[in-house]
Amino acid sequence: MARRESILRSAVALGAAVGVFGVSFGVIAVGAGLSIPMTCAMSAFVFTGATQVATVSVIDSGGSPLSAVGSGLLLGLRHVGYGLSLDRTMPRRARRRLAAAQFLIDESTALALAQTDPADAPRAFWSAGLSVFGFWNIGTLIGALFGSVLGDPATLGLDAVFPAAFLALIVPLLRERDGRLAAATGAVIAAVLVPLVAAGLPIVIAALGAVPVVALRRHTERREERG
Amino acid sequence: MTWPALVVLAAGSYALKAAGLVVLRGRRVPPFVDEVLVLLPAALFGALIVVSTFGGDRALVIDARVAGVAAASVAVWRRAGFVVVVLVAAATTALVRAIS
Repeated sequence: MARRESILRSAVALGAAVGVFGVSFGVIAVGAGLSIPMTCAMSAFVFTGATQVATVSVIDSGGSPLSAVGSGLLLGLRHVGYGLSLDRTMPRRARRRLAAAQFLIDESTALALAQTDPADAPRAFWSAGLSVFGFWNIGTLIGALFGSVLGDPATLGLDAVFPAAFLALIVPLLRERDGRLAAATGAVIAAVLVPLVAAGLPIVIAALGAVPVVALRRHTERREERG
Repeated sequence: MTWPALVVLAAGSYALKAAGLVVLRGRRVPPFVDEVLVLLPAALFGALIVVSTFGGDRALVIDARVAGVAAASVAVWRRAGFVVVVLVAAATTALVRAIS
């Protein structure tokens, strides 16, 4: 019971922070010339903040819809890695997974991975996914209709909420040495790549940080076997 | 932005989200791949945390977010609850922005 409550509390906290960004997305999108229905449809059907903001920024700076969609999808690439990360804990039926896919975002993935009992992962995934979906879409509508009623999320310090929240949530992944090594390798790869490659790619390429960690462990094990 | 472009964006985003969820569905993979998949979330979120803490326009930047995340990591280390961690991050960042 306590776990259920804690999942719910985390899901609502994540949703509320995302909601403020939803308002600011609504403002930016309408400012970039999107109609109100189009802005709301984007939050409902694309439903991934970084992709939406990247797309709208390209439009706002005079880019074509095609290049805007390209930049947006580049930022969505990391979701492939999230899906693979959740493979062990989500129900296996294809139809269930196709329904879950729309709600696969940073927050739902992180809250699912944060569960020490894998049986809690689907509940965590759906709680965060639905909470963020609700807040994000209501926020978008408010921003599109009324402008920035809640102020700039950055002034409220809300941009730091996401890295902090993800850090808190992945603590269980860092219990073992290899988890810490993989996280550190991914972090370093991303830091090196941010200035070098297009937005969206650093995280995808950093996912490969898991490979040398496994290779290193296998190498060490083989050497120990040989004595 | 046009409606056809929006449809392509929505379909593409959905396809990326669904791809990783449906490709394996618990299928067995070679042991090396399996071990990589176990460590994949740590690598992904390690990277996401760096990008959302330091990421700027094609550059790493140090701003008030760093102070917020640093304060939040102390809270995580002291085993504070999730909501407390989030509030510490926002309050610290807002404070540093207000005074700088």
